[in-house]
Amino acid sequence: MATMVSTRPVRSTGAGTGPKVPGPNGNGSKRHDGFPDPDANWNRYRIGMWVGLASVAMMFTSLSSAYIVRSASSNDWAALPMPGILLASTALILGSSATLEVARRKLKAALSVPYTKWLFVTVMLGLGFLAAQIFAWRQLAGRGIYVASNPHSSFFYLLTGAHAVHLVGGLLGLTFLWLRSRRHVIDKTLIARRKAATDAVSIYWHFMDALWIYLFLLLFLWR
Amino acid sequence: MSETHEGVHRHPAPTGFIRKYIFSIDHKVIGIQYIMLALAAVVVGMLMSLLMRLQLSWPGTDWPILGTLFPTGAPNGVMNPEFYLSLVTMHGTIMVFFVLTTAPQGGFGNYFLPIQIGAEDMAFPYLNMLSFWVTLVGFIVILMAIFVEGNQGIGEWFATLGPSFAGGSGTVGPIGGWTGYAPLSALGKIAGPGQGGGMNLWIISIAIFCVGSLLGALNFITTLLNMRTKGMTLMRMPLTCWAWFTTAVLALLSFPVLLGGGILLLLDRVANTSFFIPGGLYVSGLLSGSNPNFPLHTGGSPILWQHLFWFFGHPEVYIAILPGMGATSHILATFARKPVFGYRAMVFAIFAIGLLGFFVWGHHMFISGMSPYSAIAFSVLTLSIGVPSAVKTFNWLGTLWGGRIRFTTAMLFALGFVSLFVAGGITGLILGQSSLDLPMHDTYIVTAHFHLVMGVASIFGMFAATYFWFPKMFGRFMSESLGRIHFWITFAGVYAIFMPMHVMGLMGMPRRFSQFTEYNFLVNSSGLVKLVTVAAIITIAVQFVFYFNVFWSMFKGERAGENPWEATTLEWNTPSPPPHDNFAGVLPVVHHGPYEFAVPGAPRDYVMQTDVDVEVPSGNGHNGKH
Repeated sequence: MATMVSTRPVRSTGAGTGPKVPGPNGNGSKRHDGFPDPDANWNRYRIGMWVGLASVAMMFTSLSSAYIVRSASSNDWAALPMPGILLASTALILGSSATLEVARRKLKAALSVPYTKWLFVTVMLGLGFLAAQIFAWRQLAGRGIYVASNPHSSFFYLLTGAHAVHLVGGLLGLTFLWLRSRRHVIDKTLIARRKAATDAVSIYWHFMDALWIYLFLLLFLWR
Repeated sequence: MSETHEGVHRHPAPTGFIRKYIFSIDHKVIGIQYIMLALAAVVVGMLMSLLMRLQLSWPGTDWPILGTLFPTGAPNGVMNPEFYLSLVTMHGTIMVFFVLTTAPQGGFGNYFLPIQIGAEDMAFPYLNMLSFWVTLVGFIVILMAIFVEGNQGIGEWFATLGPSFAGGSGTVGPIGGWTGYAPLSALGKIAGPGQGGGMNLWIISIAIFCVGSLLGALNFITTLLNMRTKGMTLMRMPLTCWAWFTTAVLALLSFPVLLGGGILLLLDRVANTSFFIPGGLYVSGLLSGSNPNFPLHTGGSPILWQHLFWFFGHPEVYIAILPGMGATSHILATFARKPVFGYRAMVFAIFAIGLLGFFVWGHHMFISGMSPYSAIAFSVLTLSIGVPSAVKTFNWLGTLWGGRIRFTTAMLFALGFVSLFVAGGITGLILGQSSLDLPMHDTYIVTAHFHLVMGVASIFGMFAATYFWFPKMFGRFMSESLGRIHFWITFAGVYAIFMPMHVMGLMGMPRRFSQFTEYNFLVNSSGLVKLVTVAAIITIAVQFVFYFNVFWSMFKGERAGENPWEATTLEWNTPSPPPHDNFAGVLPVVHHGPYEFAVPGAPRDYVMQTDVDVEVPSGNGHNGKH
């Protein structure tokens, strides 16, 4: 599982003297022999992904706060009608999260052929989501609604566009996993590494999924 | 005296020149590249400040070279006000982003964080290389603004990219200060000189810089959490590591907000949106919507930009100074031959400063018309930063108290850091109160405050770090005699520059004005203004002694051994300079806290972190024995 750090509590033995037992965080505190532990070593992929997503979350937080402030700052706000295709894209990205989770479980069960297949399905669903988004943009543009038409449309294009750019990164990650998954691996370290990489990409992809749901609700409920 | 364990290094030492020194994935080379970038950027920023001082002291003087280089902005060599304002903007931007953010964190942090926690490299070496090159591209883009705005031909050519890219105002870049306040920064060429292509490049450069910093921050945090060697518990880390870690967290959470704001600002300029541009704006004799060059805008909020900018901008000042605090704590303990006083308190103080730094951005906006109730909340939070800052200051003094102090140049600069941090920080308590800030805002007292505390103090931290770690980085000492000349003149110089600015501020002298000759209430200030300029010229001149010292000592300095300062942390456990994987394949194992100096009963007056068979009695320093 994608645990960032162990949650074993630090035993403190008195004020000011610090933990007598080395703390549990990260590699540095591992007491047992066989250090460095290869699994803990590849934890860096998972940790790095969580940390990176914190910054992605902050960027979307800043854009959301701008959205909320701007929606209240003037009376020129005209809410867009929701392009119906967005329901389809929501279904597609939810489905892709599910198939990716199946793929990840197959990998944990050391079933490499189904792992490859489910990854492929996930990539296809991700591409489908992207196609649906492009369709939604074209549909709005066809109705004469562009970036500068009104503040809500500006935010619609900006938020969906920024999400799509991040999603393309996730698709590249998934494609990379898929290409790599067809290579047979026996070495223990490389297996640990593949699991960590799959975990990292899944964390990212699920985050993109949740982010989309959040943006969808923000754009079409808060208007 | 020490035990080790085998490390697994993931990349072999490169052999070709390009992979070794240019596109290197070795954190030490990348650290030096960041420092070199900062050393180049600071020269540009310093020359700009020199030009500003010349203009302020002797307005209307013909500076011959300027007239040739910038015939529009400085006709006949006389700087016009727009030229001066573009100097202000570029000086601030280059110094804050490409000097104060790159050298302390990207430079020294990159070089020493992995070594101090006993790792062979950063967690993601390729990402590390990428973050440097992205940052360098950001620097090149901001330099392009000088040419696009300064040269008619290039400016016109650049306009082919789109109407908002038109340049050639004759200035040395955009006009908007390092804060780029909307709506002027959001309107484009119509808003006047320096609002065209240069402003676009300014935004793009900062966006690129944000990306580079985010990649770096991600790498720092992951490295520190996952790559510490055996026995290196969190509370055994040197304070430098805590400072770099906190800085990375601040960068990770604040740069994305600026990036988001920058995207919105750029869209206002190139896509004609109205995020920050209010309706009914009347600029340069034109009403919004009355002219094809000035299309209709409605409903945007200029204050929104200020919020987004300062939500980043305030943590940014801690991004600049926290690494200096870390280096100062490290160096004071080493040369006072005493453990850092109150190690745990120091760690919590770093965190408290970082955390509070996210909740005080409003104190930059007291005059934006915010509700007095918000202003009180921001004031109280701002003043509460004084508590952890005082903890740090008193603990530095406590570290020095009763120590057998060795006055090396590094130590002098660390002491200088404490002095400047106090001198600059104390005015923060004045400016942080909304009632006092209202009359003082946008006067020279603000300039004096932030230059002392975030500019010069951070730079003193970096000077201290340079003199301290140079023997490790290059295997040679820097010249101590040149170092002392550098220290004393710089130390006296910066006080001579910034102390009179407090007085000017109290006289009511406004910031960002290119001359004061028109104002009766400032007629008596010209002596002070000239004094500051003379001090600045002397201080700038003595920096070339530092540059000479750095480059001369790299090749001719006295050779340094593995642990020339008799220090305790892991970087002193490896040859100078360290091998490609830092510890030649065998990672050190840590047994002690980072600052075990003057341990009773120990064979030497210091116990290295790797020493075995040495009893450190509980209560010596922070951490006792395990």
